[in-house]
Amino acid sequence: MYRYDSYDQSIVDARVEEFRDQVQRRLTGALTEDQFKPLRLMNGLYLQLHAYMLRVAIPYGTLSGKQMRKLGEIAAKYDKGYGHFTTRQNLQYNWIKLADAPDILAELATVEMHAIQTSGNCIRNISSDQYAGVSADEVADPRPWAELLRQWSSFHPEFTYLPRKFKIAVIASDDDRAAMRLHDIGLKLVSKDGVIGAEVYAGGGMGRTPMVAPLIRDFVAEEEIVSYLEACLRVYNRYGRRDNKYKARIKILVHEIGVEEYKRQVEEEFAHMRELGLNPPTEELDRIRAFFANPAYETGLSEDVDRTDPAFALWVDRQVTAHKAPGYAIVNISLKPLTGIPGDASAEQIELVASLAEQYSLDELRVTHAQNLVLPHVRKADLYAIWQKLEEAGLAEANLDLITDIIACPGLDYCALANARSIPLAQKIAQRFADAERQAELGELKLKISGCINACGHHHAGHIGILGVDRKGVENFQLLLGGSGAQDASLGQITGPGFSEDGVVDAIEKVTDIYLAERTDGERFLDTYRRIGMKPFKEAIYG
Amino acid sequence: MVEFLSFRDGEAAQEPAVTVESFTGQSNATAVRIEPGEDARELLPHLDRLSLVEVNFPAYGDGRGYSAARILRESGFQGELRAVGDVLVDQINAMRRCGFDSFHPNKALDDAAVERALNRYADVYQKAIDGRQPVWAKRHPEKIDG
Repeated sequence: MYRYDSYDQSIVDARVEEFRDQVQRRLTGALTEDQFKPLRLMNGLYLQLHAYMLRVAIPYGTLSGKQMRKLGEIAAKYDKGYGHFTTRQNLQYNWIKLADAPDILAELATVEMHAIQTSGNCIRNISSDQYAGVSADEVADPRPWAELLRQWSSFHPEFTYLPRKFKIAVIASDDDRAAMRLHDIGLKLVSKDGVIGAEVYAGGGMGRTPMVAPLIRDFVAEEEIVSYLEACLRVYNRYGRRDNKYKARIKILVHEIGVEEYKRQVEEEFAHMRELGLNPPTEELDRIRAFFANPAYETGLSEDVDRTDPAFALWVDRQVTAHKAPGYAIVNISLKPLTGIPGDASAEQIELVASLAEQYSLDELRVTHAQNLVLPHVRKADLYAIWQKLEEAGLAEANLDLITDIIACPGLDYCALANARSIPLAQKIAQRFADAERQAELGELKLKISGCINACGHHHAGHIGILGVDRKGVENFQLLLGGSGAQDASLGQITGPGFSEDGVVDAIEKVTDIYLAERTDGERFLDTYRRIGMKPFKEAIYG
Repeated sequence: MVEFLSFRDGEAAQEPAVTVESFTGQSNATAVRIEPGEDARELLPHLDRLSLVEVNFPAYGDGRGYSAARILRESGFQGELRAVGDVLVDQINAMRRCGFDSFHPNKALDDAAVERALNRYADVYQKAIDGRQPVWAKRHPEKIDG
């Protein structure tokens, strides 16, 4: 894992003091709320319906046990005992007092964490693949690139007042586990003639105008990635729309001028910028890369897993993924208990996972964009012990990528922007499909719920997506089918008129019935939908 | 409180700035003002006769002026580069990094707050216009000097 040196630490510490000063000016009345708002937003502090919400960055989703423990301590000390893991590998506290925010940031800084640029119209937390470094199918570990870009984007002087927020994801496998093409810029590391570089995709995103990012360059060498991204951002900063915040994301610029014209402008700017000495020397990426070297895996470990306990065997089949090192496995921890809030973890659960990471996973864990957790380096021999501890803590749900592994935004229960409540709906759906055999029968089925058109719950990218809207003061839910955030990225299509909360649960059941009736061998829900189209589903729903 | 802030040696340019349109249409003006939607590169053929470029920020959240400033400096502009308009203490540091060397904000700034803002960060991550060594250069001095 990456560790701060004195430079990184001094920058984060300076930010804590700067923010403490800003909060102090607000508390004494020297700053009005209007003046303070843009300052707090640059540091992840939102004023929500009931309290302040603080969003903490978990860069590329990688954490140590100590960092995780600190997140749990903060939840217990400053929040109501919970943290909420988000679709961008961040953690949100929903019940924060303004006066406490500087102390929370100071505590985070002691474990090399921060909330820098987790909101505002700037480059946000760089996200990545939760299996980075442990998956056999990657060309290189994407996290050194993500860390290089974290540093480059932090307090970037030119790109702090962009037209709108800017999200970057970096992956390195053909399997896209980070919804890379639904980011403003997505990088996919590739190998060309034995050299690692990046394919660059630009102009993806969700929100009210969802777009899958097109490829704008098939190779950028690592020694030029910074200057190339500076060119991408400069064209966007200069020409992205600022007259309408709903048309201000880069996807609208790329769409309006066309991908070829955007590419042309970027190439022209890149030709200029690559000569300016903006790129760190290759030694810098090498320095960062050294932090992500393979840990010292034990050799000669047993591959055997005792499957005598049927509940454990079920969990292993669903939650455990292949690791590149012999005798090791990747453990996915579900934060989607059937009666819980998707992505929420209590302070005690956070503490437990921190301990498990320290004891069983070489002191490392990951956060996924699907709002789950991962123990990336687990000896197969330890799986049973881990499962028992997760079971005791209510964290042993076996539903990875199944219909109850729901992505949901906080919705109207917390969010000032929402039109509808996402959490109670997620719980109703989870209850309806609670039966383990039924879920397993349905197989991979990614269900995603957003409580408003801003699409924080990624509904466009759900195999089944749900969008909450306000219809004359009543919550109404639109249903979408056929989206995907993976390597086969696509946008879901709306089935037709919306539903009540109970009505949409019924409609989902009808949709899954059609799938079960129509599928051929090995087809996932998404495959069947793509083969047979919307019509049979629509007929079943609206009859 | 300060109404005008300069980091240049000598007197600030006094000539009133003209619009980009009238500047490119006439030959004797030596000061020009860029508005957010205007292309700083239109000025590049005329940099040698410009003593002042003002970049207007009608609203602090419109960041196009940061790119305009950097483009001018990257192209060798040595004259005064002045940020005017809705310029707040919280933006001064980033503006300095992008090459602005004078400031004429709508509202006067508190000198002490400006001082704090400019000295807050001992280290920076990017190479920009202000000549500060980025952290990566400090980490690898042998690569940078050699």
